[in-house]
Formats: sequence, C-alpha cells, structure tokens
Amino acid sequence: MIKSRLSCLPENNNPAPLLRRIEAAHFGTDRVRRRDFLMDISFRLNGELVSLTDVDPTRSVLDFLREDKGLTGTKEGCNEGDCGACSALVGDAGGVRAQNTCLMMLGHLDGRALVTVEGLAAPDGTPHPVQQALVDHHGSQCGFCTPGFAVTLAAGHLSSDHDIKTLLGGNLCRCTGYAPILRAAEAAATETSPPHLKDALEAPRPDASKEAGPACPGAVDALATLYADHPEATLIGGATEVALDVNKALKDLPFPIFLGQVREFDKIEITEDKITFGAGASIETLRRIMAGHHPGFAEMLTRFGSAQVRAAGTIGGNVANGSPIAETPPPLIALGAELHLRHRDARRNLPLEQYYVAYGQQDRRDGEFIEAVSIPRQKDRLRSYKIARRFDQDICTVLGAFNIHVNVGKVLSARIAFGGMAGVVKRAEAVERALIGRPWTRETVAAALDAFETDFAPISDLRAGADYRREVARNLLLRYWHEDQGTPVAVMGVTP
Amino acid sequence: MTAGRPLPHDSAALHVSGAARYVDDIPLPANALHLAFGLSPEAHGRLRGLDLDAVRQAAGVIAVFTAEDLRFANDVSPSVHDEPLLAEAEVFYHGQPIFLVAATSHRAARKAAKLAKIDVDPLPAIVTIDQALSADSRFEDGPVIWQNGDVDNALARAAQVIEGSVELGGQEHFYLEGQASAALPQDDGDMVVHSSTQHPTEIQHKVAEALGLPMHAVRVETRRMGGGFGGKESQGNALAVACAVAAQATGRPCKMRYDRDDDMVITGKRHDFRIGYRIGVDGTGRLLAADFTHLVRCGWAQDLSLPVADRAMLHADNAYHIPVMRIESHRLKTNTASATAFRGFGGPQGMFGIERALDHVAHVLRMDPVDLRRRNFYSGPGAPRQHTHYGMEVEDFDLRPMVSALLQRSDYATRRASVDQWNRENAVLKKGLALSPVKFGISFTLTHLNQAGALVHVYQDGSVAMNHGGTEMGQGLNQKVAQVAARIFGIGPDRVRITATDTAKVPNTSATAASSGSDLNGMAVKAACETIKSRLVQHLCKKFSVSDKEIRFEDGKVKVCDQVFSFADVVQAAYLARISLSATGYYRTPKLSWDRVKGRGRPFFYFAYGVAATEAVVDTLTGESRILRADILHDAGASLNPALDIGQVEGGYVQGAGWLTMEELLWDDDGRLLTHAPATYKIPTARDAPEVFNVALWDGENREETIYRSKAVGEPPFMLGISAFLALSDAVSACGPGYADLDAPATAERILAAINRVRA
Repeated sequence: MIKSRLSCLPENNNPAPLLRRIEAAHFGTDRVRRRDFLMDISFRLNGELVSLTDVDPTRSVLDFLREDKGLTGTKEGCNEGDCGACSALVGDAGGVRAQNTCLMMLGHLDGRALVTVEGLAAPDGTPHPVQQALVDHHGSQCGFCTPGFAVTLAAGHLSSDHDIKTLLGGNLCRCTGYAPILRAAEAAATETSPPHLKDALEAPRPDASKEAGPACPGAVDALATLYADHPEATLIGGATEVALDVNKALKDLPFPIFLGQVREFDKIEITEDKITFGAGASIETLRRIMAGHHPGFAEMLTRFGSAQVRAAGTIGGNVANGSPIAETPPPLIALGAELHLRHRDARRNLPLEQYYVAYGQQDRRDGEFIEAVSIPRQKDRLRSYKIARRFDQDICTVLGAFNIHVNVGKVLSARIAFGGMAGVVKRAEAVERALIGRPWTRETVAAALDAFETDFAPISDLRAGADYRREVARNLLLRYWHEDQGTPVAVMGVTP
Repeated sequence: MTAGRPLPHDSAALHVSGAARYVDDIPLPANALHLAFGLSPEAHGRLRGLDLDAVRQAAGVIAVFTAEDLRFANDVSPSVHDEPLLAEAEVFYHGQPIFLVAATSHRAARKAAKLAKIDVDPLPAIVTIDQALSADSRFEDGPVIWQNGDVDNALARAAQVIEGSVELGGQEHFYLEGQASAALPQDDGDMVVHSSTQHPTEIQHKVAEALGLPMHAVRVETRRMGGGFGGKESQGNALAVACAVAAQATGRPCKMRYDRDDDMVITGKRHDFRIGYRIGVDGTGRLLAADFTHLVRCGWAQDLSLPVADRAMLHADNAYHIPVMRIESHRLKTNTASATAFRGFGGPQGMFGIERALDHVAHVLRMDPVDLRRRNFYSGPGAPRQHTHYGMEVEDFDLRPMVSALLQRSDYATRRASVDQWNRENAVLKKGLALSPVKFGISFTLTHLNQAGALVHVYQDGSVAMNHGGTEMGQGLNQKVAQVAARIFGIGPDRVRITATDTAKVPNTSATAASSGSDLNGMAVKAACETIKSRLVQHLCKKFSVSDKEIRFEDGKVKVCDQVFSFADVVQAAYLARISLSATGYYRTPKLSWDRVKGRGRPFFYFAYGVAATEAVVDTLTGESRILRADILHDAGASLNPALDIGQVEGGYVQGAGWLTMEELLWDDDGRLLTHAPATYKIPTARDAPEVFNVALWDGENREETIYRSKAVGEPPFMLGISAFLALSDAVSACGPGYADLDAPATAERILAAINRVRA
C-alpha cells in the first residue's frame, strides 16, 4: 500500500486548493531526461496529413494549433476543459466526437484525425449548416465561444444527436443566454452534413496499434513491463486531469505513458453474470452501455463533466486516483463492482470499495495499474443522485448511489455508497444495516436516517458546508424512497 | 429603411468560422516577448524581500521588472492613482502583481514567475464587510447619505414597518476572452497598443503616463473583445501598461494575456453588498417611507467604486414612488481584488434591495406581490408627474401598460393558480412564480463622460468607412451604428465598412459603458454622415438648380427631381468638384444636471424599462432548483436592430439570473479567492437558461431625441434576472408559514436552509 503518487483529484476535477497543494508537492521536481520521451507523431489535420518528429508528446494540442500552426480559430477560454472554446473534432476507430484541445496532448493525436473550426466549412467556402444557422439565428455576440459551439454542434450534427442541451453542457457562453444557439441547432438539424467532413475525420491508421516508443505501448503486456520497470511514470488516459498539472501547475511530466493505443483497454465484455470494461473505456462508452442495464447510472453520467470530457475521460482514470468526489465510484460500489489490477504478470481482483484506503491512499503497489472494472449483472434497482452547484459540467458536492432490493415488502439487500461525504468514496454500512430485513416503508427509512451520523462526518469546503452535506445525504435516501413510490423528485423532470 | 432591421452582427460570419481576430490572435513579429506577473501570496503585508534570481535564470526569460525598474508613473488606476502596476513597499490583496517577467513564450513567462522567493511580512487582512466596518476601513470619510424627507418620522407614522437585511454576492465577469494586450514599439519612441478594452482612451492615457510620453505618441487599437461586461473598463490597464513598459525597455513587441485562474484572482468583480432595509407601509400596502443601508465591499483600491455605489443608491427606488427615503452608503475598503464595473454598475444591487424588500413586505401583508408592486408604481402618462428620491421627474413611466401586457402574454393568473395547485399536490417539488420590473437610468452619472466623436470617410467609389469611439464587445454596436450610417446615405449596410476603434482616429473617447454605446456613438456618426450628406446635397442643388427638398438618398440611389444617380456616381462627381468627403461628428447628451454630493438633479437623460415573469421549481429535499419559464417584455424604444436587442435581453436575463442563483464567489479567511476557475465558479450553461423563454420588445419609441428614438439596451435587461430569484423565494414560501428570507445567490444550500426556516 502506498501513498498515491498522483493527485487525489478525479477526472477533470481541479478544486484549486488541492491543485495548489499538488503544485507545492511537486515544486522543484527535477525533470528526467525529457528528450528520452520525445515522440514521432502523425495525424490528419483538417484533411491534411501531418507528421511531426521528436516532439514533446505532452505539449497541449491547443498550444500546438494556435502557436505552431497559426490556427487561431480554436480559442483558449480557461485551459482546463471547462469552457469548450477550444473544442475540435476528433476522429478515430471509436467514431467522431468533440474534445477539448486544451486537455489533449500531442501524444493523443497519433493515428487520429483532427478537424478544427477552420475545417468545418466546405473546401469551396460554403459554411457548415451549423455555422450558417448560427449566423441566421444570431447565435454569436462577442464570438469568442462561437468556434467551440460550432465544432460541438457539428459533432452532434454528424451523429444526429438531438439532445442539444446535454451536447452543449461543456460549452460556456456569457453573452447570448443560449437561446439563439439552441434555435440555430434546431434549424441546422434537418440539413445534411457536408461530405468533406467525413473524409477529413478519417483516421490515418484507424486500426493501428503501433508501438510508438516507450511513451505509447500498443498492448497491455508491454504496458505491464514498462510500468513495473518505471513506477515513476505518469499514466495518461484521457488526460482530463493530468493535463491540468501541465496547464495550470506548469509541470513537466516525468516519463509520460499514453494508454490510448493499449488495444485491450478498449474491450468491453458482457457475459451472463458480469459486464467488464477495459480501463480505457470512455465515460461516454460507460454511459451508453449502462443505459441498457442501469438507466439511473447512465442518467447521472449525463452530468459527468461534459460531452467533451466524457469522450476523453476513462473509467480507469476516474476510479484509479481515489478522489473522494470521483463520480463513477459510488454507483460502481453500490453495484458491487470489482477492480482487476495488474503488476507485471501478477493479477488480482479487489472489490472497489477496498481500493480506497484513506484520503490520498489506495490499495495499489508501485507499478501496478487497473486493467479492467467489472460489474455483476443484476436486476436494476440503482439510482445515483448527484448534487452539484450546476447540472452540467460540475463536480459533485455529494453523490449518493442506492441499490436497494426489496422482496415481498422487505428489504432484501442494500448497498449504498457516497462521494463527497468522507475522505474517500465510502459505503453507508450503518444505514444499510438499518434497512436490511426491515419492511420497505417510510417508517423504516425514517428510522434509518440517524445511521448516517454513524457512517459519515463530512467536512465543509467551497462546495458546501458540513451541515448541508449531512442533511442532503439523509434526504437522498428519502428521495430514493419517494421515487420508488412514484412521486416526482427531480427538478429536471418537471415540464414547464 | 436600414436602421431598425434585424440584421446579423457584422462579424457573425467571422465568429462562426474562427476568423474573427482577438488580441491574442494577432500575428506578432518572431522576436515578440510574452509577459506574466508574479503575484502576492498574501492578502496584506509588507514586502520584506524579493529574490528574483531564479526567475531571471529561468529558461527563456529576457527581462524582469519590479516597481523600482519603472521609469515613469507606476499607476494603473482609472480614478485616484492608488493602484500601482507593481507593488511597492506593501501588498494589499492576494494576487496583487509584484513583478513582471518577459520571456520568449507565454509558458516560459508563467513558469518563471513561479520561481520567485517573495518574502512578505503579513499584516492583518480585512476581508469581510464586518471586518471592514469594525476597523472603519473605507473610502471617503464616512458614509454617503441621501435624504428625501424625514424617514424616522414617516416610519413612526406608518401602519407597519418591515425590517430586514440581505446579503448579496458579487459576480465574476467571466468574459470568455481573458484580459489581453500587445504593445509594438514604433520609430521615434512611439507605441502602438492592441488592447481588449472597453476604454481605449484610458489605456492610451495610462500607457502615455507610464512611458513618459504625450498621449499623441501612443495609439491604441481595439477591434473587438471576447466579452467585456464592465470587466474591461479599467481592468485591462495593467496588461497594456506592462506590455508598453516592457516593449519600451526591450525594444521588442510584448504581449500579455492572463491565464484564466490569474485573471479571476487579479481582476475585480461585481461589488457584493449587504443591504439593510426598513420599509413603512399603510394599511393598503402603499409605501410611505424606506430607509436603506448599503454596505459595499469595494476591495483594496478605489477604481470605480464611488460611482458604482452612487448608482446603487440611484436605483434603490427601482420603479416605485417612495415619498420619503433615506439611503446610507458605506464604501468599504478590504484586502481583496478591487471590485469594478459590471453590467448595471451598482444599479442591480440597488434594485435588488427594493425588490427583495417588497418580497418581504408582500409576505408580511399577505398581499399578492404583483398587486403590491403595481400599487406603488410611479404615475404613468396623464397623471401628475412624480419625482424620484433624488429629485428627477419621471416623465416617461411606461411600466404600467407593459406589466399589464406581460401578465396577459404570460398567462400569469392561470399559471399562478396552477402553481398553487401543483404545490398542494406535490410533497417534494415546489414551484414558484414571480414578476419584477426594471426602470434603469441611462447616462453616465459623471456628466462629462456623456460625449462622443466619430470620423466618417466616403471614398470615391461610394464606399463608406466609419469610425467612432465606441468599442465592440459582442453587443453589436458597430452593426447598429453602421445601420445608422447606411440609413443616412440611403445605401446598404454592406457599403459601410466598420473599422477598429482607434485613438488616432477619434480622440478623447469615453468608455463603452453605462449602456451608452449606440446612444452616444450613433448620434456622433449620424452627425458626421449628415455633414457629408449636406455637402453632397448642396453640390447637387447648385449643379441641378433644385432645392434640397427635391433630393432623396434611398436604395443606394440619389434621386434629384426625376433623375436617378447611383450613390457612387454622386460621390465621384462631388470628388471631382473638390467637395470634402470626410467629416467628424460630435455629440453630447442634453438635459443633464447632477450634483453627486447632494444627490439631487437629473443624472439621466431617460429611463429604460422592462418586466419579467419567471417560474421556477425547487427540490425541498436538496435545495436544487431550476428555472422553468421566463416571459419578458423589454423596452428598447424604436429598436435600431431588434435581433441584436433581443440578444441583449436574453443574454442579460440569463447573466442576471446566474448572478442571483448559482454564481458564488468564496474567499478563505486569509483573503484568498477560492473560486478562481470555471471548475469552481459556475456560470449558467444551456440547460440553466429557462426551458421556455419568451422575449419580446415593447412597441414604443423613446420620448427623448435619441438616435432614431431608440433606447439603450446593454445593461437594463440584466436586472430582469431578479424575477428568477423572487420565483425561488416564492417556491420556498410554499413550504411553510415563515418568510424565506433568502440571501443571494440562492444556491441549493441557501434554499434548503430557507426551507427549514419557513417550516420552523
């Protein structure tokens, strides 16, 4: 058991004081021979093949676009993946989506295709339908966020995604109040996507798994050896968190290892008794698959980061770093998920809740990594309730996941897990005990509420006070009960 | 007619294609340097030592500057010279710039800036309103007090007096484009500055002082900003001056842009307030007297805080005639970033005070809040005129018919009944519905700022180039003003070229602020165009021996009696006849007279009006909330461009609702801003805008002679967001008998606490 070398933040979550702490901890760290980790990278950019030799693979794609390529249409609004102004289209074997280029590193681009706002219009200059609609419907005012909106809308347009508000959850606009942008999206929906985009988004090596040097293993065995030999390395999945170390803490990452080309990491296996996700499965993939098994999980995941962040972030990354406010662990624990860990050739399985030992401390050896996460198949009784300052693209204040099975009026089993209530994501075992075996009634629920005091002693921070957390945790159990009775409980479910 | 048409923003096609250029997009010579500040680690303290050796030795660093290296003025204050570019002996807030690094890249400069050893001997930091009050830490000698009548006497005679106090948070501008500037040295010591600023003349002035040059040696250009909202009225000074100083010292172009976190830490925000109120009413709900106390947290430097606090006082009545009024305004000095201009400039805070107080009054009197508000409106046309608490006659009060129209359009009465029914039937989710009006005074309260200049050229081919002192930050000012020019010449707006704001073309401009952009610059451009047009007319009169009444400019043509010429031909002929085709224009707002010390006079040319009704829902288990529907009727006079004006209304409402519902700034006890990134400071997303959003413009024209009888529209709609806050208060009230007594922003945590309160 070791102190987590990585930060204690979840994917894309960077509460500033924590960030400052990390920064202080790493202050003065010597860079290890960075030239050993230079990479040769090739990708398609707005239709043209680009090959780069000996580049720092951790250089931000946004800086590369703006500073090296002069493609200044892609904007830096926050440099931390929260505003969407730097969005660009990414194409590979997994399909096409918008991602934040500030959270992408050059290492991510290898073998992929990238289309920036400059590449949306047809070669003859005809604007993309979403661009024209934004003009016609007055969807831009200051115009600074607009390229990002155009790109994200173009991604939705390509995939016929009509849930525009969810699609745009990671694009901030401070001028328009969004109304004209939504009108533009609606107007463009019926137009056809221009053909050049499909070509431009064709990945140059769609099935490629080249070993692009030590920084980019193509198979899990290679990764296992490499990481065991170099436990000081930084594993980079979607980089939705580690990019902040580069962008905000201004760190140079020692020994980066990009996981994007580890072919086993993308695997998803559904058997009769479990669903197994390779550690590299994106949050968006998790959401899509959970929709068919545990819709309450999928619904909560529409609030995980933003479309851009869900496309980049991985289940392995979110689970691994042990943040108390990571958002997949509570529902995963409530479902009884198991981690599949690997160190060199040694593999072991661990119930997820046991991985979280204490704040900043996980049950993971040096050089050990998560290969996969599996969820036992079961009847769906899961609800995941995320409380945050904002519906989209926010970090949870409290996240409660409830998986309570009832048989002929009695509670058969209860697995309840909370984020944001302790130094780690943690089960509410006293509450579970107070429910199991008792009749599934309001009285039982009411009697169980005080058990929260046994399970949790939350703290106050910039998201909420301890009293609020305590009260909301209790009330979320009430919400689960009310919802089970068919009472409307979600403000998002109300139609005006 | 060109003016009045809903044409797209002039840069819309550039925006959507990424081709619109902002300061950071301007290509600079390869030897350009990039700047970053080193920031104070303490909120207050004496600067004991500054070891910059590691900074100087860091990769890519070319130069490092401290206050001692500045050859001329070390000052970036827009008001009273209390804001050094780089701290001298003492630091006054966490994040105050102490030194400046110039390096070969943005990243190199930022990295180097972190290597300093800054030794600060901490002094007690005044962070909160209470700390400032008890230390008597303030600007000016004491509170500013305006009285209209004897408030104690009037309250003593009132049937009922309702008292309370409300906390009202500040707001981060969150312009999507962070602060940015670039300076390019010219020959003979001149300096050209590109700045993302609402106030190029101020940048020119501060840069000239810092370089020891006359203003004519400094040229400032602003093509567009990626959002301003008041946050680029004075907050860009530091970057522009830093760039100019470093460019002068090194002889190389210098660029500076803040990283988002630095931007949020360094720059000022909307002032947070605590507002105390005592409201006296008679038995029918008529307001007899009001006594307000404004405690204003201004931060460490004066910046624009005095006029902001004044404007809060000027809007303490909002739309209501309150015969006796007293307002006491404390401008408190704290060790936090200096609060600054933000859309509404204090008006929203003043207006929120009376609206929140009326919410309380309606609850105590068990009166319908809409009835209470209508009962106390100023008198409309036809009735004897009433005066505001500062003595200005309200001549144009249009809110009575506007409110009636909105109640009807929004189906308010039926929805009130169905909200009440929902609340009877639902245990967990409660709905609320509320209406609030806006009456916002238009003009700078510093009277001399109400002037503007323009420069218009007509070229031989009939194309027109237009320049004025206003800046474009997304509001579509240039488009509106181009439509004015096109209308005068009777040509299409595509024949009018908009050019970057440039201090070398139009001098001595005012900030594009106070919603004044199109009022002032539209009139100045109109004056310039009319000068040229009258020369053309005179020339045609002479040439064709007709009177000016027989000449018309329309559809790109000039009609002289029965003959029709193209505009270009007429221009070409005028050129050959040696007629000047260039003119300046100038405008100053009439009728203003204001004594800010006494708080009496006519500070405003006119008022802009609006009314909004918002429906919201709260979750009584968690305090989460959501805006379901908003209906708005807003008065833009005879709109210069209805599409752009509706854009201002929609955007203003969402920004205002964000301020009062979800956007929360938090500092720790040591004065460090905790919410300094979008990860922790949450502005509305698409889902947070009202699900149903009906916005319409009131069909009326300005009573005053403004540009084609339009009204200013930049700030007023922001305050329509108050109705969202009131809807949440209404929903909380459905949970129990008590008063919600909600502070702003109404976060889930505050709403849940309020629900517990009303149930207690």
